[in-house]
Amino acid sequence: MKNYDLVIVGGGPAGLAAAVAARDNGIQDILIIERDDRLGGILNQCIHNGFGLHTFKEELTGPEYAQRFIDQVIERKIDYKLNTMVMDINPDKQVTAMNREDGMFVIDAKAVILAMGCRERPRGALNIPGYRPAGIYSAGTAQRLVNIEGYMPGKKVVILGSGDIGLIMARRMTLEGAEVKVVAEIMPYSGGLKRNIVQCLDDYGIPLKLSHTVVDIEGKERVEAVTIAEVDDHMKPIPGTEERYECDTLLLSVGLLPENELSRQSGVELSPVHRGPIVNDSLETNVEGIFACGNVLHVHDLVDFVSQEAAQAGKNAANFILHGEKKAERIVKINPTGGVRYTVPAFIRPEEMDETVTVRFRVGAVYKNSAVATYFDDECVARRKKQVFAPGEMEQVILKKSDLLAQKDLKEITIRIEEA
Amino acid sequence: MTEERHLTCINCPMGCPLTVTIEDGKAVSVTGNTCKRGENYGMKEVTNPTRIVTSSVRVKGGELRMVSCKTKEDIPKGKIFDILKAIEDIELQAPVKIGDVVLANVCDTGVDVIATKNVGVKA
Repeated sequence: MKNYDLVIVGGGPAGLAAAVAARDNGIQDILIIERDDRLGGILNQCIHNGFGLHTFKEELTGPEYAQRFIDQVIERKIDYKLNTMVMDINPDKQVTAMNREDGMFVIDAKAVILAMGCRERPRGALNIPGYRPAGIYSAGTAQRLVNIEGYMPGKKVVILGSGDIGLIMARRMTLEGAEVKVVAEIMPYSGGLKRNIVQCLDDYGIPLKLSHTVVDIEGKERVEAVTIAEVDDHMKPIPGTEERYECDTLLLSVGLLPENELSRQSGVELSPVHRGPIVNDSLETNVEGIFACGNVLHVHDLVDFVSQEAAQAGKNAANFILHGEKKAERIVKINPTGGVRYTVPAFIRPEEMDETVTVRFRVGAVYKNSAVATYFDDECVARRKKQVFAPGEMEQVILKKSDLLAQKDLKEITIRIEEA
Repeated sequence: MTEERHLTCINCPMGCPLTVTIEDGKAVSVTGNTCKRGENYGMKEVTNPTRIVTSSVRVKGGELRMVSCKTKEDIPKGKIFDILKAIEDIELQAPVKIGDVVLANVCDTGVDVIATKNVGVKA
C-alpha cells in the first residue's frame, strides 16, 4: 500500500474541499477515504436547490454542488478509495482502514483531517411511548429511499421535529403524492431555516405545531395513527391537548449528531456542547496534526460554510506537513456566554493565526432585537445588531489578527448576545 | 392604496426578511434584502410567485436507479404539480450527465427539466 502524507476521512463536501485546498497548498500525496460507493456524501440525496450561492454565485442542487468539488478532486488527480471504512486512527496518525479489494491496511500519515460528517438522532434517543411498528423513519432515511432508491416510505405522513431535513421531506413527500398531515416541534421555535418553513410548509399548507410532541404511536405491524399533544414549559405533555392523526408513516427530524467515534479513539478531545472536536484557530484538535472540519466538527446549516471551513483545514494541514508546528507564543480562549452556546474555534493563537479567523457559533434560544458583542477582556470591540437570532441558524464573528496583536495582554475573548 | 407585505426570501439559506411595498396592486419597492436576488424574489412573490421544482426520474441500466432533476429556471408556482405529473413516467437511459434534458419545454413553460446528477452505466 502506497503511503500518504495526508489522509482525509470522509469524501463528502468537507473532505472534498479540504483535499482540494491541501493540494493547492503544496501537498502531493493525499488520500480521501470514503465508506459509500461514490464521493459527495449526503449531498447526493439532497436533490433540492439552494446550494452554492455563496461559493459559486449560482443556485445549485446538492448533487450539482458535490460534482463541482468532485471535478476539482479529479482534475488534481487526488487519490480516493470508495467502499472503504476507517477502523481506527491513533495519536501517531496511523490510520487503519479496510475494504474488499485491499483487505485491512495501515497508512502512516503526517496529518489527518477528520471529515466524517454527522448522523441523525434516532428514535431510540427519544422517549416516545407506543409500539415499534414499521413506518417510522428518520427524515434522512426517507430522503434516501425517495431520492436515491426510488421508493415511497408511505402515503399519510406525520413528521416529528422541524429540522431542515424534516421540512425538506415534508415538501418532497407532498410532491410525490403523499399527504403530510402535520409537523410537530417540541420546542417553541423551529430548528430549521425560516426559508424552509416558507417554501416547504407554507407553500403546501402543511401546519407546523410548535411546543407539540408525539405522545402515542398506534399500530402493531405498521403505523396506524400518531397522537401529538402540546407541551408545557418543562416539555411535559399537557393533558387534554391530544390530537390523533391517522397515518402510515412517522418521520423523525430531531437533530444531528457529529459522528466522532474515530476522533475519540485517536485521543481527540470533544466538546460536550457541539459534540465535535475542540479546535484552535487552525482547526487543529488537541492531537497535533489531526484537524477537523464540516459537520463532524459542529453541525452546519449551509454547505457553503462547510466548504469554506474545510478549505481552511486543508490549507492548515498542508502548512503543518510542510513546515511543522511552532509552539504557540500565547493562547487566548474564546468564552461563549450570554446566549452563545459554543464557538468554533475555541482558542486563538494571535501570533500564528491567519489575517482573519471566522468564529462560528450557535445561540441557545430565540433572541429578538439583539446584538452579538465581542469583548477583548472587559472592552467591547465589536457589536452587530440583528432582528432575530435563532438556534437553527449559525452565526459568525470575524476576528482580525491585527486587532489581537495590538493587545499584548489579552487574556480572553468573550462573545455574547446582548439587548440591542 | 399602499400596502406592505412581509416575506422571507427563499433564494438562499440566509432567509432575509423582506418588506415589499405594493401600490395599487403593483410591487414598487423591496427592502431588507442583501442582494439583487432578494429584490427580484420580493417583486415576483407578490405578483407572480415562481419556484424551481426538483424531483427525480428513473434510469435504465444505470449505476443508480434514480437520477435527480430540476426545472432549469423557476416556473409559476401553480404549475408545480402539473410538471411533476409530466415527468412521472419518464425513464432515461444511462449514462446521464448533469445538464442533460429530461423533458424540454415542460408544460409549455418554455423551461426544460434537466438532470442534476451524473449516472454512469451499471458495471
